[in-house]
Amino acid sequence: MDLSFSPEDEAFRAGVAGFIREALPADLAAKAEIDAPFSMEDIMRWHRILFEKGWVAWGWPKKFGGPGFSPTQRFILTEELELAGTPQLSPFGLMMVAPAIIQFGTAEQQARFLPKILSGEEVWCQGYSEPEAGSDLASLKVKADSDGDDFIVNGQKTWTTYAQYADWIFCLVRTNPSVKQQSGITFLLIDMKTPGVEARPMLTIGQQPAFCDTFFENVRVPKANAIGPIDGGWTVAKALLGHERTLLAMVGSSGRLLRRVKRIAAETTLEGRPLLEHDVWRAKIARLEIELEALKMTNYRVVAEAQHGKAPGPESSILKLRGTEINQQLYELAMEIMGLDALSWYNEAGVIPAAEQGIAPQFSYARANTIFGGSNEIQKNIIAKWILGLPAAG
Amino acid sequence: MDFEITPEQKLLAETVATFIKQRSPVARFRKLRHAGAPWDPEVWAHMGELGWLSVPFPEDVGGFGGGMVEVGIILEGLGRALAPEPYLASVVLAGLALARAGGSEQHERWLAPMIEGRTALALAFAERDSRHHAAAPTTTAERSGSGWRLTGDKEFVLGGHQAHQFVVSARTPDGLGLFVVDADGTGVERQPLRTIDGQGAARLHLRGAAIDDDRRLGSPGPAATGVLERVLDLGAAAACAEGVGVAQTMLDMTVAHLKERRQFGVPIGSFQVLQHRAVDMFVEVQLLRSMSVLATVNADASDDALRRRSVSAAKAKLGSSGRFVSQQAIQLHGGIGITDEHDIGLYFKRMLALNAVLGDETHHVQRLAGLPGFAA
Repeated sequence: MDLSFSPEDEAFRAGVAGFIREALPADLAAKAEIDAPFSMEDIMRWHRILFEKGWVAWGWPKKFGGPGFSPTQRFILTEELELAGTPQLSPFGLMMVAPAIIQFGTAEQQARFLPKILSGEEVWCQGYSEPEAGSDLASLKVKADSDGDDFIVNGQKTWTTYAQYADWIFCLVRTNPSVKQQSGITFLLIDMKTPGVEARPMLTIGQQPAFCDTFFENVRVPKANAIGPIDGGWTVAKALLGHERTLLAMVGSSGRLLRRVKRIAAETTLEGRPLLEHDVWRAKIARLEIELEALKMTNYRVVAEAQHGKAPGPESSILKLRGTEINQQLYELAMEIMGLDALSWYNEAGVIPAAEQGIAPQFSYARANTIFGGSNEIQKNIIAKWILGLPAAG
Repeated sequence: MDFEITPEQKLLAETVATFIKQRSPVARFRKLRHAGAPWDPEVWAHMGELGWLSVPFPEDVGGFGGGMVEVGIILEGLGRALAPEPYLASVVLAGLALARAGGSEQHERWLAPMIEGRTALALAFAERDSRHHAAAPTTTAERSGSGWRLTGDKEFVLGGHQAHQFVVSARTPDGLGLFVVDADGTGVERQPLRTIDGQGAARLHLRGAAIDDDRRLGSPGPAATGVLERVLDLGAAAACAEGVGVAQTMLDMTVAHLKERRQFGVPIGSFQVLQHRAVDMFVEVQLLRSMSVLATVNADASDDALRRRSVSAAKAKLGSSGRFVSQQAIQLHGGIGITDEHDIGLYFKRMLALNAVLGDETHHVQRLAGLPGFAA
């Protein structure tokens, strides 16, 4: 057993950190410094910079433009990007639709879509959830009726993050209503500029315009845009669930957040002394630091297994669960340390200290962590069934 | 970064598993407990024959030259079986203190017989007023002629109820010193303690116990303090490994129970509320396992800050995970979990003991929070 990184991996880490220092534009670095929110334009600017470096598509095979990183290098790159507070690239193209196109798409589809996902020329969003189909995704109702070489799509998708900026959406649509739910679904790519598509942004409880309702009214989509067989979309969607599991732990961003919690505690005083010097507050922070350490060590175990070419073991399933919970708990502790400042209206400059700004909206939005990507309760159902082997509900 | 164990370590793990199955099922512990016998000298001797008692000692003192990974493998197994032999107390705590602070004649005199399984040792460091802090004992060692005179009371000496020798920490004019006293020495009074987990311990009362100078281990002062702190960290890491065995067993037993026990005409494991609780236990066991690895690998690190941080984080995690897993294990077993007849309660109480000794959760959270790098 050896918990140290190899000299090559340490050199890689130093290289990544150095690159970020040099390549992150000054205005983005200034935002990163105070964890100010990044606009979509910021995110895509950073995407293009990483693209030119060849570092956007960590998990892709080399022949499609992936950098050919080892699992450890992928982990290190993600951790360093998160620790530095750089804009988080939109995962919908790079990590969600691209692996589907790589695994199930035709050569034509791969040639048409992958290069522009890589370069950031086309922005993607995800059309899975519907108002009546959340955790029970297979009950989705958006329908795609056959009309010659095309489908005619009607219905509503929701929680479509970045739909207001997206050029394309990948959807699960019902193409066959008369078979078992899972067997009548197709994985379909839809151009957002097609007549009849409308994305309506909604505000989150953190006041971000993060996601949309997306409506489809008689939208004509070529059947050639289906990924995988028609009516075979559920298989495609399921295959995607296992992708980039090691990246869901938020180890880097939570590590950064922990540092920020300490900074806020150092700048907040009680009876003339920083909160960070009061035992009870120190202990609160230390307990979360220990939880984060346990998550990080577990993430290391998963990465090391991948490095040995093994399938993810049972411990990989807990990364999303604990990673999202710890991230929420860190925001909660930051809010508690801020005290009454936490109640100040979002982001009003000059009212609360700089270190505290942005915490409240991020705290609010972080409640989504345990809901998206398969709610944590759904994750527990999966672990109960597939790892603990507990019997299905009667 | 590599979490794999070597083929030799894998072989050791298999030997441990076979030993537990053939020679030390939980029924053995139950029988000893019922008879009021602390542990079985024959089994201890057998562990000596297997070479387990020599594992962490350098080859020049008759050891196997292994490390904490091997110790962890053995203790995880002993934790699964609730084996009461004092491996942690005698090999890890007292043995390593003796090996590191003592000289070769002292190794020959006290360590060699222990490694062969003929004797057992115990480390007497805890005192009533200092709780988990070991650096400033009130027990004194005063010069007396060419030897020493030891006076003071030691709390909860792990393995002390059946040890042949004690390694004792005491205050000298030059700082903390470590001394060896015989259990039947003059002025040494052992008070056996029955403990909640059935494994036993002792109080040690030193009433001006007179010993020769050849029972002093190395020089009192920073060197002895350093050995003691390091040995207690190695012990805490070892407790984490044993705790992994205990927690994993409780999870396995609970999942098995959820599959077998039927109510309302179905296995209770089909109820979502119980499934999610079992998953929460599973998560904690995995996190604890990760932290046990961290402690195992860093418990003897030359970097003091890394050692302290790793061990305290892991031992604190043993506290929170161990408490959660063991409490939920009882809850999910229902009424049967409260009976003395069912094994789950034995594991529950073993976890309670592992959490309380060698620094509890609060102690280690405070220690970690007090490290120089914490506020940086």
